[in-house]
Amino acid sequence: MKDIREDIAWAQINKDVLKSLENPRRMYWVILFIAIAMVGVAVGCEVYQYTTGLGVANFSNPHVWGLYIATFIFWIGMSHSGTLLSAILHLMHADWRKPIYRFAEAMTTFSLMTAGLFVAVHLGRVWQIYYALPYPNMRQVWPNFQSPLLWDAMAIFTYLSSSILFLYVGMIPDLAICRDNMNPGWRKKLYTALALGWEGTDRQWRNFRVTYLTIACFLIPLAVSVHSIVASDFAMSQQPGWHITSFPPYFVAGALYSGCAAIITLFIILRYVFKFEEYMTMGILKKIVRLTFAIAMVWTYLNLIEYAAVWYGHDQAAKDVLIQKATGPYAPFWWAMNFCGSIVPLIMLFKRFQTHIPMMMAVSILLNLGMWLERWMIVAPTFSHGYYPWTWDHDQWPSLVQWGIVFGSFGWFGLLFMVFCKVFPSVSMYEVKEMVYHRSQATKKLEATGKMAAAGKGAH
Amino acid sequence: MSISTLLENYSEFRHFHPVDDVPHNPYKWAMSIDLDACSGCNACSVACYAENNLPVVGREKYLHGQAMHWMRIERYWDEDGREFPDQGAQFLPMMCQQCEAAPCETVCPVGATNHTPDGINSQIYNRCIGSRYCSANCPYKVRYFNWYDYPTTDNVWPAEMNQQLNPDVTVRGKGVMEKCTFCIQRVTVAKNNAKSEGRLVHDGEVQTACQQACPTSAISFGNLVDPESRVHKQWQVQKVELDKDAQTKDKEEGGSDLRGYRILEELRPYPSVMYLERVRETAI
Repeated sequence: MKDIREDIAWAQINKDVLKSLENPRRMYWVILFIAIAMVGVAVGCEVYQYTTGLGVANFSNPHVWGLYIATFIFWIGMSHSGTLLSAILHLMHADWRKPIYRFAEAMTTFSLMTAGLFVAVHLGRVWQIYYALPYPNMRQVWPNFQSPLLWDAMAIFTYLSSSILFLYVGMIPDLAICRDNMNPGWRKKLYTALALGWEGTDRQWRNFRVTYLTIACFLIPLAVSVHSIVASDFAMSQQPGWHITSFPPYFVAGALYSGCAAIITLFIILRYVFKFEEYMTMGILKKIVRLTFAIAMVWTYLNLIEYAAVWYGHDQAAKDVLIQKATGPYAPFWWAMNFCGSIVPLIMLFKRFQTHIPMMMAVSILLNLGMWLERWMIVAPTFSHGYYPWTWDHDQWPSLVQWGIVFGSFGWFGLLFMVFCKVFPSVSMYEVKEMVYHRSQATKKLEATGKMAAAGKGAH
Repeated sequence: MSISTLLENYSEFRHFHPVDDVPHNPYKWAMSIDLDACSGCNACSVACYAENNLPVVGREKYLHGQAMHWMRIERYWDEDGREFPDQGAQFLPMMCQQCEAAPCETVCPVGATNHTPDGINSQIYNRCIGSRYCSANCPYKVRYFNWYDYPTTDNVWPAEMNQQLNPDVTVRGKGVMEKCTFCIQRVTVAKNNAKSEGRLVHDGEVQTACQQACPTSAISFGNLVDPESRVHKQWQVQKVELDKDAQTKDKEEGGSDLRGYRILEELRPYPSVMYLERVRETAI
């Protein structure tokens, strides 16, 4: 099974991708409408919560954090796969990433933006949010550099700005193609401005390659550190169930895992909506599915390590929290998380299912459900079962306001993502051309050697 | 490090956990609560409400766990096999333990909660952005968040009721964290008076609201650095260590007469509140 047809003409690639900017299937508008409706729900909930106070979200004394923080981690985690595909696989010369890295990179940017909103939704006094930034001020009041939340703020800002830059720089040659093929109008003006006068000269390509590689190298350690820092929010605290050394690698594995699962979901959606069947092929789907499976097993291992470390450790409070997770009010969610995270990916072992689109759609959504539950199961049970009995509170559940905002965040992400895919080329044209070229050259070479071998020449 | 570190050389302790450049601070405010004297009457809690302008949130919000009692009485029923009217109970007055190495202070992203040089864990309401990380990291869960706008929207103190508010204490708005301050407004007045007279604060010159209201005088508050203070003497007499075995046996069995402990001391937050009662291995 080939990753891409090797005889696609370059003009055909341009035509197919540019078509996605103009006339997608009707499903596009359905998805966009649903996304806007979901955002509407969230905005309503947030307005109510903002004017009344966070109490309406059913926060209480032990349960000071809830779904907002859990979903925040979920979205931060989601952002990691874009970097995995576009930067790590770029350095490893895995060229099958080329037709799909653009939307993965967009996913990174938009999920970071969604995560950023949760910080605002979560804060008691969001209008003072700039206190958390080390901005210069006359009174020399600085934020607290010891706090993992501050590291969070800085890491996420850095990651967001670098990934926007990476997405944009990687898109410049494609924007020039768009500019050259558009009829005059606002789109033409937009692409002209964004293409920065790209003409495709040798010098421009050379500078472009160096820039792209530099940002890729910069982004990889950044991606790892961002989720390690989010993990530090918990690992650096002193609470039972959070104070676990293995959290940073565990979080990074979970992040790559949920991100890869989301890539499968979006792959299937985009492939249908924008008629990308020629580019997002079954061969590529198979490769991402295998990658996801490998990461799923890494996550499962780290998850079991965490349980074992708590179980065999001497920290009675942490052990109680673990028992509470497995048997208490959160038990259905905890078991569902383990099932979705560790058992469901086994379906990916079957070759027949690796390219079975409805099955992979269902599996990828289940995996992400499991990963969302994982984040919730990290945050909530610790609050319900603290260090000593008076602080225990097993019956506090998030209110509909919290659920509404979490629900709407998926709509917000979908909205941003869908608008992006309609305005910018979501398949990288120039890289697909490269891929087609290199693949066809390789095939030609192979055929030539084959012929030579068949003719009895070149045996040595 | 042991309890004696706090008692004998507070400045040196602060050298390891620095808050300021003050080399020799003459004050370290601390408390001791005699649980054998506590009858669980809740007078301390009521006094705290009155002194510190705490909003009374009402039954519904209380049941949601949104009460604002800086000082709370935790009640633990004895497992003595008897039914309710005859069943015994243990009481634990719980407020901010003013930890010397406080878990809440290090995690605040904006530095809204800090340690004062005289050992009080202070909260700056104006600086708080409401991330609630401090409460998440507090092992005692003694930090209370303003989930609603109590003074205005919720109108906890309607007209004329607001005449009973303590003018020395701010009324906190929506979205900030608050907690027991060891009645810092009283401490500050006493310190200022003493300073203007060129002396140190005498023992007993400053009382917290809960201490003042306690009918059995179970609560003592004072300067731990002053060797003559009641708190210092109580801490010194009950020079208990983390190793609790000494208290679970009687003296004849090789134990000691000591009684007292600091809650969750094994987490090493160095709380400033000593509870006076013998440590038992089992519930009654």
